[in-house]
Amino acid sequence: MNARRTARGLSLHAVVWLIGAFVVVPLVYAVISGFKSTGELTTNPFGVPEHWKTGNYTGILGDGMFWRQIANSAGIAIGTTCCTVAASAMAAFVLARYAFRGRELFYTLFTIGLMFPFAVAVLPLFLLLRNFDLLDNPLGVILPQAAFGLPMTIIILRGFFRTIPAEVEEAAIMDGCGKFRFFWKILLPMARPALGTVSVLAIVASWNNFFLPLLVFNDPKWQTIPVGVQQFQGQYSTDYALVLAYIVLAMVPALAFYAVAERQLIGGLTAGASKG
Amino acid sequence: MPSSVSTLTKERRQGALPVGPPAPVRSLLHGWGSWASVAWFLLPALVLFLVFVLAPIAVAVCTGFFKWGGTGPMDDFVGFENYAKLFDDQVFLGDLERGLYLIALSITVQLPFALFTAVLLNQRLRGRAVYRMLFFAPYILSEVVTAVLFTMIFLPGAGMADHLAGALGLEGLQGTWLADPSTVMPTLFVVMTWKYFGFHMMLFLAGLQSIPGEILEAASIDGAGVWQRFRHVTLPLLGPTIRISAFLSVVGAIQLFDLVWVMTAGGPNHSSETMAISMFQFGFKRYQVGYASAISVVLFMISLVFSLFYQRYVLRRDLSGAVTSGGGR
Repeated sequence: MNARRTARGLSLHAVVWLIGAFVVVPLVYAVISGFKSTGELTTNPFGVPEHWKTGNYTGILGDGMFWRQIANSAGIAIGTTCCTVAASAMAAFVLARYAFRGRELFYTLFTIGLMFPFAVAVLPLFLLLRNFDLLDNPLGVILPQAAFGLPMTIIILRGFFRTIPAEVEEAAIMDGCGKFRFFWKILLPMARPALGTVSVLAIVASWNNFFLPLLVFNDPKWQTIPVGVQQFQGQYSTDYALVLAYIVLAMVPALAFYAVAERQLIGGLTAGASKG
Repeated sequence: MPSSVSTLTKERRQGALPVGPPAPVRSLLHGWGSWASVAWFLLPALVLFLVFVLAPIAVAVCTGFFKWGGTGPMDDFVGFENYAKLFDDQVFLGDLERGLYLIALSITVQLPFALFTAVLLNQRLRGRAVYRMLFFAPYILSEVVTAVLFTMIFLPGAGMADHLAGALGLEGLQGTWLADPSTVMPTLFVVMTWKYFGFHMMLFLAGLQSIPGEILEAASIDGAGVWQRFRHVTLPLLGPTIRISAFLSVVGAIQLFDLVWVMTAGGPNHSSETMAISMFQFGFKRYQVGYASAISVVLFMISLVFSLFYQRYVLRRDLSGAVTSGGGR
């Protein structure tokens, strides 16, 4: 019985390792290849580098363009998150806690937004942004991203706001607290976990967005990391090792963020999916 | 400050409402005064949503009826001509076919694979938290980074895939992958699976954890084996999760762009083109904005009809708050 159990455990581990290899091998390949020269990459594709060449990585890290792209991505992610969370929290507050004519209509309107793929809107969005003179302007990416983030954020926040007991609000009103002060001073602090979750989701969505920044930013000084990665690959397409080093460095912030915010991310994504 | 609320609080403070349960706060608001203060809260979200989500759809519907290059006056009204042309376009019809191909593979291969992994990691297994975190990691990388990574891996001649195929004695595969029309779609699907199976695995894990252990125990006391427990207990109870997972696969395949654009740009010879890529090619490379708008509208209609249909008939049992049931949850 014991032997059987060990055998079963071993085969379980073997299968998990196999799946793990499928996930990890491409990543490890990229990291190690970044330490090779492109010449060595062709002659020695799998082995450890003969000479650990750090030039690829240090060269990129010494280049202002890489840091510029990181800063652009971060700024746009923060801007998007602030806009979408602020607007959603206000809307979710009244949609959750007040009965007024047309409430369900508004809520349905926002939830319908979940069915609009971003790809559908991107071309007309480009035309609109051109009319508003928002091309080559970070707001041209921030505002549409914030708008497309509203449905999911409102759904999650409204659900959370509903769980806060009415007694809390009554007590606040009895103490002479206005609607806005209640929202700002009591509801939002109580909703910190939910706000954390939706913020994390908004940051990741913005960080990874490629389609819109690709269209809106013509000027390289605004390029975000995904656009920069694509441009870099086009520019140095024959220097494979350098391109791989670039994507490894581009992955680092996302993976670091994942390590820190893992719980919110996974919780938010799975909860969001089952509500969407 | 809405009058109804302020008078009531004043009365309360004076003790004018000493008996009976307090009126629920939600019903305190009625009349136009309170509506106005509600409107202030709704306004920012509503404006953002109208301008950047709904207006673009309207613009696409409008420009879809014109022959227009994207600049200058839009005055060549052609009615449904763009749409007629669209359904005569072999590439666009191919887009639909390739979309269905990816959906079919997602549901028959990626979904069972993700479910299998979830069941595996739901066992008592040392280090399973690490495995979970690892398998989910590709999902949070951007599609562009993933695409460039695998472009390098599948590079003809120098890439890891060619070397691997050579080492395994599969020389026939060398130099094909993304470069050959007959292998490009399966290769893309492998990359999609690499990136997305971890997400579906997480959905299934959440579903598995909500299944009470007593049910499985009862089944095993009744003599059900591992497979029977899975087939007749776990699988039916995972129904809602499976339906959502399939839904998200379909929606993802419909709007696929970044990954394919960076890896193949739809090539070779349109053999990996998706609807979003056709739209991008016509709209931003060939300056046939009217035609590209028609593609956007069709893309929109497909996802809208699919979502409504799916929510109405497939998810109805699972989602009490589905959009089609009126939004109340």
